[in-house]
Amino acid sequence: MEEKDEKLVISSSPHIHCETTTRRIMLDVIISLVPALVASVIIFGPRVLLIVAVTIASCVLSEYFSRKVMKRENTIGDLSAVVTGLLLAFNLPVSVPPLVAAFGGLIAIVVIKQMFGGIGQNFVNPALAARIILLNSFPAYMTSWTKPYLYLHPAAATVASTSDALAGATPLALIKHGAAANQLPSLLNMFFGNRGGSLGETCTLALLIGGIYLIARKVISPVIPACFLGTAALLSLCMGRNVAYDLLSGGMMLGAIFMATDYTTSPITTKGKVIYAVGCGVITMLIRNFGNLPEGVSYAIVLMNILTPLIDSGTRPAAFGKEPAKK
Amino acid sequence: MDSSLPVSPFKTHGGVDILSRKHTAAQESAVLPPPEEVVLPMQQHVGAPCKPLVKTGDRVLIGQKIADSDAFVSAPIHASISGKVAGIVKISLAGGQLVDAVRIVSDGKMETSPDVKPPEIKDLPGFLAAVRASGLVGLGGAGFPTHVKLAVPKGKSVDTLIVNVAECEPYITSDNRCALENTAQIMHGISAVKKWLGIHRVMIAVENNKPDVIETMKKAAAGDAEIGVLTLHSRYPQGAEKVLIQSCTGRCVPMGGLPADVGCIVMNIASAAALGEYLETGMPLVKRRVTIDGSAIKNPQNVIVPVGTYIKTIIDFCGGYREKPKKILMGGPMMGVSIASDQLPVIKQNNGIICLGEEEAHKMEPTACIRCGRCVRVCPMHLMPTMLEKFAMAKRVDDLQEYNVMDCMECGSCAYGCPAGRPLVQAIRLGKALVKARRKK
Repeated sequence: MEEKDEKLVISSSPHIHCETTTRRIMLDVIISLVPALVASVIIFGPRVLLIVAVTIASCVLSEYFSRKVMKRENTIGDLSAVVTGLLLAFNLPVSVPPLVAAFGGLIAIVVIKQMFGGIGQNFVNPALAARIILLNSFPAYMTSWTKPYLYLHPAAATVASTSDALAGATPLALIKHGAAANQLPSLLNMFFGNRGGSLGETCTLALLIGGIYLIARKVISPVIPACFLGTAALLSLCMGRNVAYDLLSGGMMLGAIFMATDYTTSPITTKGKVIYAVGCGVITMLIRNFGNLPEGVSYAIVLMNILTPLIDSGTRPAAFGKEPAKK
Repeated sequence: MDSSLPVSPFKTHGGVDILSRKHTAAQESAVLPPPEEVVLPMQQHVGAPCKPLVKTGDRVLIGQKIADSDAFVSAPIHASISGKVAGIVKISLAGGQLVDAVRIVSDGKMETSPDVKPPEIKDLPGFLAAVRASGLVGLGGAGFPTHVKLAVPKGKSVDTLIVNVAECEPYITSDNRCALENTAQIMHGISAVKKWLGIHRVMIAVENNKPDVIETMKKAAAGDAEIGVLTLHSRYPQGAEKVLIQSCTGRCVPMGGLPADVGCIVMNIASAAALGEYLETGMPLVKRRVTIDGSAIKNPQNVIVPVGTYIKTIIDFCGGYREKPKKILMGGPMMGVSIASDQLPVIKQNNGIICLGEEEAHKMEPTACIRCGRCVRVCPMHLMPTMLEKFAMAKRVDDLQEYNVMDCMECGSCAYGCPAGRPLVQAIRLGKALVKARRKK
């Protein structure tokens, strides 16, 4: 009578699961980046696909081999390396040499992610850190911007590939160098991505579509993008800058929606997210206004990434019953 | 204190939306034919185990007390069928602990004991003594002796009775059916508690996925202005005591405190019904309604069974298994305990037996935490499960205490939604054990 059925599983509750997995979340992020990818191909041409393919391949292979070398289980199935590859490509100029792009993927995965323990353990956003390292290692490649739709005019490109007329200096650089308003792209062009810049950052419309998808799928909460952009807008206003250009230019949208919201490197609680995102906005605008660089989103996010553990420990939720009793 | 009845629930934190899987809600409960034998463990409640009052060979009748304890926090146990005591055996409970149990073999007569007669109650102590004599424990799953719950500690006053019909666990519908089928007993039980404890505010709290229960209860309570029905959001773990009190009254039970600290008593609806029946007929708690469901069960339904009936007997009554069960749960899939055999008896606080088939029992392989924060967002106790897991695995007892590990009620909301499939509740249990071990030192 007390005979035990060996086939029954004994395990801790709960015994059911919501079906959402890390892989599903990463897939959602990939889906949310597709509109920006399509926009990028339209704006900067088929070379975008080459760069994206190179960074994704580099990230996935780096992840596969570094796990193998460390004798740990293979994790490429969680698709996080694909996300890193995509985001890295989005942060590169379209003219970047494939080898440099591949090197970026290697840095992101091996140095930033796997050396710190792999997914969930990196202390800064791998794609952003890799971008910063590339920017400092290959400043020429990393700041040579191509004009939108140049690929439609191959003849022009060969005639004067180095002339100023073709270099698609970013609006932020133009502002920094005191360009007149008529030298800047129109706001509508800015919104649709018809401007110089990293290949995935220019089309605000596509990035917003991706962001709305992520919020609707509850992959990210709107707190970080809203506070990041809100703070930047407010500071831009106070600094007497053009608010619309500040929001639509540089990596502001890409950073606020996709880079700053990375789970691993952003705070867990809502209060923490607010502090973190406000910090991102403040540092971005300080760099843009007072720094030597035209752009500050990457540095702002990476700096706030580093503060995340501190923010987390300072914003721990008060346990139930420890709050002032509501009567 | 506030005595008005709220029309909408107060705000609570966290929780998860879970597919309710209440397949058996619309189906009338079946009554199990008298089983051939029952086994009554001496521990069917929170508190001190009972000692058998009968010996092998004794003839026992339904409702006859067969075990009791001198301890205050305990509840007597009564024979649930008539027949002969076949022996005092050792059986292992769901949690694995070995306890004495009285095995009774039926004589097929289902004869009621002459001891069974309505109690005569004159005052509050008499009422509490009667409740104790009924063997009643919290039937929602906790198994806390009801007479202890109703004995308001000195210096505290209770102004609100909350009758819990939230029934937020997926699959389980025994409270749902109880509300529909035992309405009169429920109201009787409620009025007795109201009368003897001097409570003038009763809230029958129902999740909004049970419109028939809401309607039935509203009708039943129509004659008493002090009893209201409160419709709650269907959100797990709505029925957890602290969450429920907050939903109903907006009051927050202090950490480590009891419902009485905020003037509340929470009673499961099946307990109220059993109390009502006992006061009317004198029949102690010898039977209960159990939801039998899960993908491995052929004909899911609620069955009213004598306490101590073997699970297998009830499952056979439900047409047996549709497929070989991979997991059998005592209770619902969120907080139920997986058991090693279907040869265990149903005890007083079992509200359901859920048998999961191969596919449903599949557990995902844990991967690394990605710090998504979902567990923190859903925790109704405002804890940080991801941190508790890390501290527990690293045996960092100070940090576990600092992060209030003991306040976790193990509702499982965190692990349910964890995309990395981390065994958060399991780790937290380990963490609690570590803290307890330190306290003992």
